[in-house]
Amino acid sequence: MSSTSVEKITGRGCPVPGNDIDTDRIIPARFMKVVTFDGLGEHLFEDAREQANGKHAVDDKRFEGANILIAERNFGCGSSREHAPQALLRFGFKAFIAQSFAEIFAGNCCALGLPAVCVSEADGKALADAVELNPESEITVDLVAEEVRCGETVYPASIPAGVRKQLVEGTWDATAVLLEAGGDIETKASSIPYVQGF
Amino acid sequence: MTESKRNLLNKVWDAHTVRELPSGQSQLFIGTHLIHEVTSPQAFAMLRERGLKVRFPDRTFATVDHIIPTDDTERPLKDPLAEAMFVEIEKNTKEGGITFFDQGSGHQGVVHVMGPEMGITQPGMTVACGDSHTSTHGAFGAVAFGIGTSQVRDVLATQCITMKRLKVRKICVKGTPQNGVNAKDIVLHIIRTLGVNGGTGYAYEYAGPTISDMDMEERMTLCNMTIEGGARVGYVNPDEKTFEYLRGRPYAPQGEAFERAKEWWKSISSDEKAEYDDIVHFDASIIAPTVTWGINPSHAIGVDENIPSSESVSEDERGSVVEALEYMKLSPNAPIAGTPVDVVFIGSCTNGRISDLRAAAEIAKLGKVADGVKALVVPGSQDVERQALAEGLPEIFRNAGFEYRQPGCSMCLAMNPDQLVGDQVCASTSNRNFKGRQGSPTGRTLLMSPVMAAAAALTGKVTDVREMLK
Ligand code: SF4
Repeated sequence: MSSTSVEKITGRGCPVPGNDIDTDRIIPARFMKVVTFDGLGEHLFEDAREQANGKHAVDDKRFEGANILIAERNFGCGSSREHAPQALLRFGFKAFIAQSFAEIFAGNCCALGLPAVCVSEADGKALADAVELNPESEITVDLVAEEVRCGETVYPASIPAGVRKQLVEGTWDATAVLLEAGGDIETKASSIPYVQGF
Repeated sequence: MTESKRNLLNKVWDAHTVRELPSGQSQLFIGTHLIHEVTSPQAFAMLRERGLKVRFPDRTFATVDHIIPTDDTERPLKDPLAEAMFVEIEKNTKEGGITFFDQGSGHQGVVHVMGPEMGITQPGMTVACGDSHTSTHGAFGAVAFGIGTSQVRDVLATQCITMKRLKVRKICVKGTPQNGVNAKDIVLHIIRTLGVNGGTGYAYEYAGPTISDMDMEERMTLCNMTIEGGARVGYVNPDEKTFEYLRGRPYAPQGEAFERAKEWWKSISSDEKAEYDDIVHFDASIIAPTVTWGINPSHAIGVDENIPSSESVSEDERGSVVEALEYMKLSPNAPIAGTPVDVVFIGSCTNGRISDLRAAAEIAKLGKVADGVKALVVPGSQDVERQALAEGLPEIFRNAGFEYRQPGCSMCLAMNPDQLVGDQVCASTSNRNFKGRQGSPTGRTLLMSPVMAAAAALTGKVTDVREMLK
C-alpha cells in the first residue's frame, strides 16, 4: 500500500495561542480509553475549551471549518500518544504551522501524512494576526516551495528535509517503505549479537 | 582513526541500520518492542487491515498498566472501557504470539518498570514503545525512545522504524548530592536549566562521577525524565553496575553467554575520546531538593526558593509563567515551601521502584500522614510489590496512614479510578505536571522526589526533607 503525495494544503487558518501546548491538553488521557481513534475529534482540547467557556479558538465561529492550525512554540510536547494528531485530524485539521513542534508529535504527524511546518516567531505572529483580522483569508501550506502563503504575503516555512521528501513523494506511509527492505531485515537481525542470544 | 571516537548512540545506530532511506532517515531495526493497552490496539487493527502479521513475535513484550485499577483488579474490570482495552490486548498478544505479562504472570507492572526488572532491557539494544517514557531504558546503555501508534504498527509489521539519526549532547554531572537530594532533583534541575524543548533533536548522554555513583534505579529515574526536556533519548554508558543488575534476570543471557554479552556491551559504550555535538556541565552538590510549581516540568525551583513572578523572568518566559501562576493559583514571590497539599502520590515509572519505596518508607517512619491528606503508595510492578512486602514496607506505610495499592500507572495520568478531584494540589513523584494530567481538569501537580513527597504527606505541605534528615 503506497501513500498519496502531499504537496500543499489550502484552506483557512485557526490560531491557537500559547507555547508548550502539551498532548494532555490536546486530548486529555481520560478520552484515550478507546480501542479505535474514531470519535477522538469530539474531545479535542476538551478541558481547555470547557475552561474557556466556549471562547477557545476552535469554538470560535469565525474559524469554523478551518483546516490549518496555527500554533506557537513547542506545540505537542509531552506524550507519544498519536491520539493527539488523530484528534486534530478528526476535528478537521490537515496541516499545522508553528514556531516549533515537539519531536514525537511532529513524527506522528508525518506518519499520518499531515504537514507540520515551522515559521519564524515574527512570521508566526504576523500570520496569526492576519487570520484574526480576516478569518476568511486563504492560507496555503506549500511543501514544494517551502512557504506559507496568506493572501499576498509569503512566509518562508521549514520542515525537516526527510519529512518533506516523504510527504511530497508520497512515501510517508512508513510500513510500505520498510517492507521494501524484504529479507534484509532478517539479515540485519542475524548480525546483531543479542538477537542471536550471544 | 574515527573508530576510536564514537559515542554509544552512533555505535548502536550503525549496528541496527538495515539501510539508509532516500529521505535521509535510517531504517532502524528495533531489538526490543514493548507494548501496553493504550497505544497498541489501533496498531493491531491497522496491521489486520493490511493483512500483515507480527514479523518477530518474540521481540515484542506486553503488559497492562495505564488503565488498571489499583484497588479492585477483579475481572471483568468495573469500568467497561478499561475492560474492553484489557480484552483487546489479551486478544492481540494471543493472536500475535506475543508474551503478555498480565497479573497472572506475577510480573505485571508499568512497562518501564517491568522491562528492566525482567532483564528484557539490555545495553546496546534499540528499544521502542508507544510511550514517551521509553527513554527510561537508556539507563542500561540502550537507545530507547517513544513512538506513535502508526510506528507501533511499523514495528509489529517489520521490526523496524524510520528515524533520523539524533545528535548527542553529553551532560556531565559531578559533585556529591546533599543528603535528601537524588536523581529526581538532579533531572528536574537539568530540565529547569536546559528548558522543556532544549533537547529537541538530541539524545542526552549522562556522564560524570555523579552518574557513575548512581545505582541503576536512580539512572532509570534520570533517563525517564529526559523526554520532559524535549530529548527523545537519554542514556548512561553501561558499567559493572549495569552488568551486575542484569546478571540472573529472566531474560538476561545466562552462564557463558553472559560473559560474551558483557564484552559486547563494553564494546558499544562511548569511546573515551568520543565526539559529541554539544557538552554541558552540572554540579550536583549545589542542587537543592527540587519541586515544580507550574504546568510543565521546567517550572522547577529549589525547595528553598520562591515561586517566580512575571517580573522575575525573561520576556520569553513571561507568558508561560503568567499562565502557570493563574492555573496553579499560587502567589508569585511566595516561598514554595509551606504550600499546602491535599494528595500525595508515590509511584509511576519515574519513582515507583523498590529503592523509591524504601526511601519514602524511611520518611514515613518519622510520623503520620497529616490530617486531611490522602496519601497513596503504588508499587511500579508486581515484582516491586513482592520485594516491598518481603521488607515490610506496606506495613510501615499503612501504619503511617498511607494507602498502599496494587501496581499500575495509577495517578500518574489517572486513566484508572485514582484521580484528583477539583483543584486539589498533589505532591507527586510522577513526571508530568501538565494541566489536568492527574485526572481532574483543574487539578494541580507538584513534581518532586519520593522522600520529598513522603515529607509533604507527613506535614501536609511542601517541606524541605533535608530538615527531617538532620
Ligand atoms: S507511569 Fe505515567 S508516565 Fe509512566 S508509563 Fe504510566 S502513565 Fe506513562
